[in-house]
Amino acid sequence: MPQSVIQIKDLHVAFGDNYVLRGVDLDLYKGENLVVLGRSGTGKSVLIKMLVGLLKPDSGSVTVLNEDVMALDSIELDKLRLKVGFSFQNSALYDSMTVRENLEFPLVRNVRNLTRSEIDRQVEEALDNVGLKQAINQVPSELSGGQRKRIGIARTLILKPEIMLYDEPTAGLDPITCTEINSLINEVQERNGASSIIITHDLTCAKTVGDRVAMLFDGQFQRMGTFDEVFATDDERVQQFYHYNFTESK
Amino acid sequence: MNPPSPTTERPLLSKRLDDILLSLYNVFTFIGRFFREVVLPPYEGREIIRQCYEVGVRSLPLISLTGFITGIVFTNQSRPSLSQFGATSWLPSLVSIALVRAIGPLVTSLIAAGRVGSNIGAELSSMRVTEQIDAMEVSATNPFKFLVVSRVLATTFMIPVLTMYAIAVGLLGSFLNVSSSEATSLQSFISEVFNTITFLDIFSSVIKSVVFGFTIGMVGCYQGYNSSKGTEGVGKAANASVVTSMFLVFVEELLALQIVGAIRDM
Ligand SMILES: Nc1ncnc2c1ncn2[C@@H]1O[C@H](COP(=O)(O)OP(=O)(O)OP(=O)(O)O)[C@@H](O)[C@H]1O
Ligand SMILES: [Mg+2]
Repeated sequence: MPQSVIQIKDLHVAFGDNYVLRGVDLDLYKGENLVVLGRSGTGKSVLIKMLVGLLKPDSGSVTVLNEDVMALDSIELDKLRLKVGFSFQNSALYDSMTVRENLEFPLVRNVRNLTRSEIDRQVEEALDNVGLKQAINQVPSELSGGQRKRIGIARTLILKPEIMLYDEPTAGLDPITCTEINSLINEVQERNGASSIIITHDLTCAKTVGDRVAMLFDGQFQRMGTFDEVFATDDERVQQFYHYNFTESK
Repeated sequence: MNPPSPTTERPLLSKRLDDILLSLYNVFTFIGRFFREVVLPPYEGREIIRQCYEVGVRSLPLISLTGFITGIVFTNQSRPSLSQFGATSWLPSLVSIALVRAIGPLVTSLIAAGRVGSNIGAELSSMRVTEQIDAMEVSATNPFKFLVVSRVLATTFMIPVLTMYAIAVGLLGSFLNVSSSEATSLQSFISEVFNTITFLDIFSSVIKSVVFGFTIGMVGCYQGYNSSKGTEGVGKAANASVVTSMFLVFVEELLALQIVGAIRDM
């Protein structure tokens, strides 16, 4: 049995009358890429926000790297957050800072005693990984949506987290950039030994990077397994996902 | 972490009163957190200096203009009443007392509330809306320290400086007006001013503007940091920052009047 780095048990979340998650169970195993699929508004983003303590569940337990996230005080939570990278759906770049400052921001505040040249080297390396070295002195408003997304991923990767949470990393990107992001995700898995949760609507991405796929319906993971296992069903809702990606678009 | 939001179920008292008490609680927790984080390391020195620069330099042109014009207008409007008693030579004293005790701090703070307070409210709430504050949190950095502490310190330091500057510019405007009709020399104008103003005047003016500055920064940050999601939250936060801080500045001015009056009578 592989070691699990994230354990979610019977998680319930509601916003007023909107019952979003209704008994979610999930394990993320060390070193695997887990793809989470689900329609818009099913609570995928909410789910991964629970993992880093940005939102609190109504009931259920979340264990990340053997720590009960809900029981941590703010110092312990920060320690945990250092090991978990979170790439936001909307990139969430700091508008008032250049790309370089965006990447430096987590680095200089969390890694002590870095020399200037060491900082520069790490920033350039992180940008190189997402193919955007030339954007280093630009501000976010000068970048395209896809470029922003990649900078957001680079900013998350700069701390070399053990766990990566990608919220729709390829949404709105052209096919070539998508392929690059997919290989980046695989590279992060191989090189850093990171375990990742990747939220996506893009089945090509799911197929390329996902060791396992989990599908969220009605507030629960109703299908889980390898890509082929998940789609080997007559369930209408699952098939619609598949056909949109692989029939109509091709 | 977001503060507790107004409850939707089972109000303890009336719903309205519950919400008011809850927001009071949130305000005091926010202020308490400021005082805790301002003393604890790490310190965001560079960001504090950058914010001081923003507050100071951004408001400078507007405050120069308003201070100068206020000095001229106030002098000009006071002249007829004084000349009825043949006392136009008292103009420098009258104007300096008014500028130092009340007009300088008030005008500066009201302008800063409009210029700086709304800016802080809008900036922080748009960072909240676009999840930039969440992004700082998940990267194990402290957004409160970086965003709120630096801004509140900046307004608390810079509004008194701007106030002194506004008073100086106002006196200059006043001198130009006085010298054009009363033929006073700059030297005698200055000595007139300094004979009138007491240490208590200047001291209370500085303390008052420190409080005004703190209020403006705090209100803007509170509104922005806790703004509701969505773009309309940005406009609301900017607006509420201005309205609330202007209102509080006037309330504080009234309180200061009582306190300083009591000290003077001692
Ligand atoms: N802070 C919040 N307050 C109230 N409701 C929220 C909040 N965050 C999310 N929700 C609600 O939770 C539901 C799930 O939102 P979530 O962002 O997780 O969807 P998603 O699965 O990520 O969708 P998408 O694929 O469009 O990103 C939505 O109905 C949303 O309205
Ligand atoms: Mg989402």
